[in-house]
Amino acid sequence: MTENSFHYENLKRCGRYAAVFAVMLLALLVMTVMNINTGTVDISAPEIFRIIFTGQAERTEYNIIWQIRLPRILMAAVLGGALSLSGFLLQVFFNNPIAGPFILGISSGAKMVVALMMIFCLSSIGSFSSYALVGAAFAGSLLSVGFVLLVSKKLQNMSALLVAGIMISYICSAITDFVVTFAEDSDIVNLHGWSLGSFSGMSWSNVRIGLVIVTVTFIFTFLLSKPIGAYQMGEAYARSMGVNIKVFRVVLILLSSIFSACVTAFAGPVSFVGIAVPQLTKLALRTSRPLIVIPASFLGGAVFCMFSDLAARTAFAPLELNISTVTSVFGAPVVIWMLIHREKERQ
Amino acid sequence: MADYYFRTEGLAVGYGGRALLENIQIHLKKGEILTLIGPNGAGKSTILKSITKQLRILSGRVTVGEKELSAFSYQELSRKMAVVLTDRVRPELMTCHDIVATGRYPYTGRLGILSRRDEDKVDEAMALVRAEALGSRLFTSLSDGQKQRVLLARAICQEPEILVLDEPTSFLDIKYKLELLHILRRMAKEQGITVVMSLHEIDLAGKVSDKVLPVKEGCVYAYGTPEEILNEEFIRRLYGLEKGSFDPVFGSIELPRPEGEPETMVISAGGKGIPIYRHLQKKGLPFIAGILYQNDIDYQLARQLASRVISVEAFQEINEAVYKEARTAALGCRKVICTDIPWGSCNARLKKLVEEIKGRR
Repeated sequence: MTENSFHYENLKRCGRYAAVFAVMLLALLVMTVMNINTGTVDISAPEIFRIIFTGQAERTEYNIIWQIRLPRILMAAVLGGALSLSGFLLQVFFNNPIAGPFILGISSGAKMVVALMMIFCLSSIGSFSSYALVGAAFAGSLLSVGFVLLVSKKLQNMSALLVAGIMISYICSAITDFVVTFAEDSDIVNLHGWSLGSFSGMSWSNVRIGLVIVTVTFIFTFLLSKPIGAYQMGEAYARSMGVNIKVFRVVLILLSSIFSACVTAFAGPVSFVGIAVPQLTKLALRTSRPLIVIPASFLGGAVFCMFSDLAARTAFAPLELNISTVTSVFGAPVVIWMLIHREKERQ
Repeated sequence: MADYYFRTEGLAVGYGGRALLENIQIHLKKGEILTLIGPNGAGKSTILKSITKQLRILSGRVTVGEKELSAFSYQELSRKMAVVLTDRVRPELMTCHDIVATGRYPYTGRLGILSRRDEDKVDEAMALVRAEALGSRLFTSLSDGQKQRVLLARAICQEPEILVLDEPTSFLDIKYKLELLHILRRMAKEQGITVVMSLHEIDLAGKVSDKVLPVKEGCVYAYGTPEEILNEEFIRRLYGLEKGSFDPVFGSIELPRPEGEPETMVISAGGKGIPIYRHLQKKGLPFIAGILYQNDIDYQLARQLASRVISVEAFQEINEAVYKEARTAALGCRKVICTDIPWGSCNARLKKLVEEIKGRR
């Protein structure tokens, strides 16, 4: 076996992958513990373990852990992963490293439809199931995606695509603001916190539904690793390798929309995770191989959102920041850095 | 008919339902190389895209092996046909090994995990195009020529029965151009792989192809062997050459001959005149060449570059008329250049001419 052989290169790379995954899992563990541990009510570490593993504790502390903190942590992890993959899929689709559900206006579209539904239908139905929320968000996502696709077909360039996304984002936000202004006060109370993005107030039933949707979508995405890998070579080559491009593109957009719809339905629009995390993950792994990048991006997104949620809760406690404030602070510089880096590479 | 591997019958190709080229007939046996030649924008790429199922065929039939192209699923086709395209590929963070490994795509399982055998195939393909050293480098960091070789390795790795290449020699320097064509020839001969490609270099097309298909805007000529097709008159018409010329013997192209009244005469033989012709051509000085035997290598180039060529049929003695013609021409010129010439019995008159001119100056 020589130094130049592909087998040797793959062996070397496996070591790197393992290291990256190990670090991510460790970070996930640390984040979980820290998230459970911090909050307005202090609970000591041994107490936490006793509550989680034996269930013996005082009622309030038991409730804080089981009914408030744990669902929130789980949801931050699951939705963070979903968001990151949603971004990854869009980047593959548009062959554009700064595509993401937030920037392309997909989150805003989802938000708008959910807001409309909440305001106009809440009075007649009472309350909505989580599935209805996700369904509405999904419809909104597809609406935005459809618009962006129309534009991208007419204008084959990266900046036009982003401008189209930002415009639709503004339009959707304007409509949302408009209906919120005229809505009855009681409706807005729910809507306001949600529309800024937050992981607070998650129930176990939310977690269950979110977990089911994200897991199923994740499995489909993972099974799509092979054609995604081919598609990275460009459409024509992918076709020559046997990928049915038409079907593949539709599936890709649907999966991405389900991911981002699920996030928006439960936590509202969350910015920059979809762009920054997959990129950082790829750089850390030094590969774009979907088979590796997909699970790693999911993990990365989970860790990043748990961290952001922790920061949102603790930075100005007892005041809570909305989640996008935190993700933007950390995500936006990454995107700017990436643009500069790419420009350098091109020269 | 049955032994043709790749066939098109009345094929029409084009974009958006509008036919660019019609009635394309191709019949290729296994292991034959077909080259599409013709000016830029003639539709060579359009044909290649259509026969690789990248572009919808407007009418007619394409048959690969026993089956019609439209009956193949993309997946089935990927085991028969590999392509090298002109599309710019900018894959992020993929090493050359990774790129070549995508050629194994039709043979790997659901998740595309490579077996040890696949890995070895990648190494073999890299070795074939002499790109072993590039293996773990990022594809985006390569030069255009290196990229082209890696993409060829990718296609080879796909183990196709038919290989379609769109201008595979662009960006390659002479060494790799020759190597690439040599590899194609060898794959065609040893593995019976059928090759369809487009080339800009007419000379190379003549040397590597079994069949040539000339394509010009809106019109496909009958295809045939390079010997039938690559003659001077035809190439001139195909490319609309008004200046310059094409020499079918060596497959070389020449700049247009200098215009004006010749004031120089070149007397040479056995290739000695060639550097002088080229020199005069570059300076823009029209000249007369002679007396040349028609089997002399100088004669081939003189026909393209000289204003006038005074020639004699091979191995004949120079007759009086030709001698006189050359003498008049030489005396009318301000300058006569004479190279070393091997003297023999049949060119005795030329020797006489040279001595006479020397005596006069």
